[in-house]
Amino acid sequence: MSAALASSGPADPVIEAQADFRSLMNALARPGTIEAFAPKLLPPAPLPAGIGSLALALADHEAPLWLDPQLAASDEVSAYLRFHTGAKIVADPAAATFALVADFARMPPLANFALGTDEYPDRSTTIIAAVDAIEADGPLELAGPGIATTARIGIAPWRDGLTAELAANRALFPRGVDLVLVAPRRLAALPRTTRVREV
Amino acid sequence: MYVAVKGGEAAIDNAHALLAHERRGPEDVAEIAPRQIETQLKLAVDRVMAEGSLYDPKLAALAIKQARGDLIEAIFLVRAYRTTLPRFGASEPLDTARMAIERRISATFKDLPGGQVLGPTFDYTHRLIDFLLEAGAELPLPAEVEAAHEATPRVTDLLDDEGLIERDVPDDMADVGDLTRAPLDFPADRDLRLQALARGDEGFLLALGYSTQRGYGRTHPFVGEIRFGAVTAEYVPEELGFAVPLGSVAVTECQMVNQFHGSADVPPQFTRGYGLVFGQSERKAMSMSLVDRALRTREFGEDVVAPAQDEEFVLSHCDNVQATGFVEHLKLPHYVDFQAELGLVRKMRAEHAARRQGTDSELKEAAE
Amino acid sequence: MTSSISHAVRPKTEGYLVLRRQALMALLAEATKDEICQILSDIGAGALAAAAVDLRRPESGLVMLRGRAGGDGRAFNLGEATVTRAAIRLPDGRTGFAYQLGRDSEKARISAILDALCQGDEHVAVERAARTVRQRVAAEAETKARRVAATKVDFFTMVRGED
Repeated sequence: MSAALASSGPADPVIEAQADFRSLMNALARPGTIEAFAPKLLPPAPLPAGIGSLALALADHEAPLWLDPQLAASDEVSAYLRFHTGAKIVADPAAATFALVADFARMPPLANFALGTDEYPDRSTTIIAAVDAIEADGPLELAGPGIATTARIGIAPWRDGLTAELAANRALFPRGVDLVLVAPRRLAALPRTTRVREV
Repeated sequence: MYVAVKGGEAAIDNAHALLAHERRGPEDVAEIAPRQIETQLKLAVDRVMAEGSLYDPKLAALAIKQARGDLIEAIFLVRAYRTTLPRFGASEPLDTARMAIERRISATFKDLPGGQVLGPTFDYTHRLIDFLLEAGAELPLPAEVEAAHEATPRVTDLLDDEGLIERDVPDDMADVGDLTRAPLDFPADRDLRLQALARGDEGFLLALGYSTQRGYGRTHPFVGEIRFGAVTAEYVPEELGFAVPLGSVAVTECQMVNQFHGSADVPPQFTRGYGLVFGQSERKAMSMSLVDRALRTREFGEDVVAPAQDEEFVLSHCDNVQATGFVEHLKLPHYVDFQAELGLVRKMRAEHAARRQGTDSELKEAAE
Repeated sequence: MTSSISHAVRPKTEGYLVLRRQALMALLAEATKDEICQILSDIGAGALAAAAVDLRRPESGLVMLRGRAGGDGRAFNLGEATVTRAAIRLPDGRTGFAYQLGRDSEKARISAILDALCQGDEHVAVERAARTVRQRVAAEAETKARRVAATKVDFFTMVRGED
């Protein structure tokens, strides 16, 4: 326990959570824009600071977390998240309110996560994934609510087959997962409403 | 025509300042402290905690002060406050068999193991105004005798042997529904019904319980046991993995025992209604147990014939914060709605008058 | 959203230490802030306490209190309670926790420090210093029990008819 808690939590949990929440809200409201995102948190490795900070801002004991195999392999990461969020860590991605993905290239198919119901579309999983880079004017063309005409973005690495899965996810609307991508100092989002095309 | 209404800010500010002034009352009278309310108007505090659905005597006392003694307003304040706090989790179920008893009575079993104790009760008082309280008379100390510290099993556990009384079965694998997290769906399970009743309005439940006694969904109730006292609340934090005692919580529990004629599957036996309420509130706990049993009508294959047995009716209307919100919203500006209605009524009157005129002239013609 | 009960006690810590911590936590929950400060100063752990760092800042929140239908049946949500928690680490690495009814974050924090101390050699001193509070709480409970006992009903049955 002591070892797991050697990494401390946020210095000012309320202010930091609110700042994170604001960045995330802006990114989700305007897909394709890149938010500057530099959380101060120092979570235990291999949990990236950006993912850790968002998890602490969003998860609580009623919002279970799923960790990808790379994160789940670390007891220290599990203990840290459990302590600071109070959230249960679940093995089934479909039972998760938030999914934390450190190894984006090996993220499971989107359909494996909770997709919500027509009555409660909000009960789907929000996936928070770490990527190496997010660039404007990349090979992905985005359209949909929050985007005036189209927007361009580049995510590296991009997982094989993800573009097709996002299209299938879009077709489920109002159900479907939302995808949040965190690179060092940057954050962008691909909510379920966004149409994604490779150009 | 849509008319936007704006303004009144100065009037509102002044009204609130006037409210604060009236709340304070005359300056030659000492200001009441929340601690006085907490300790001397304890039953008002208990009601605010029960229906505010938040156990915090200090906070409830402050809310009563702020609400000038309007308990439903105080309950509203407490409900609003709780929405500002994060929830850490859920406690282990309170074990009422291990209560530090302050009152325990049974109307069905004279010689309970552990005995019947009256505790601090209004029962057997003559309901005569005591003018000594106005004069501030000195009180004698309460009598003391050797406390036996006997076990006080719940009455319903004693009747168990012959199968004469229905057994409640714990099912700890089942999810526990929470109406503060998910909207109520009907039919609602008993866990959700009990949660709604525990935070429901005492007056509403009292009237419904009374209605069952007067024949609107009769359940032939007996008070198996009422107990009041402190129980320890325990919570298992994720990071510790063992039960942490949070402190003691005062609750009133009522076990109502009801006659049941049996059905094709179940032999005649006694069934049960249950009441559990924060603080000392026998009236609420008893009403809750009567309504709980009435709401189990379908479970026992009985017909739903009375309001107290209709769960949608009971659960949709027992919350006094919801009720007061919807009733009191009527005083907010409805100028546009009313303008529309005015126009409609004028038009209908004109049509009505034209119709009458037409009928009159037809009759006239016919007569001529 | 619903949550299931899955609160089995995990054999994470040795049983005896858990019992000791639970007993102290139960007492501190009943104690006043002044009494808790007194315990800390009696054992002379002021310097150690001052060096404690927050693992998580003291925070007030809610715990949903549950009951059981019929007292022994299926669990239901009775209503929430305000609870304040604190988690600290001493310079030697020991961690201490507190979860208490109410909204007193200072009381919770000092209680967490005492929880950390009672896991080591200081537990004897903590126990000794806590004795006054334990006696006060027990005496008040006993007085209440004696007063309640005086309201016990002694039934006597009148003999009616002929035998």
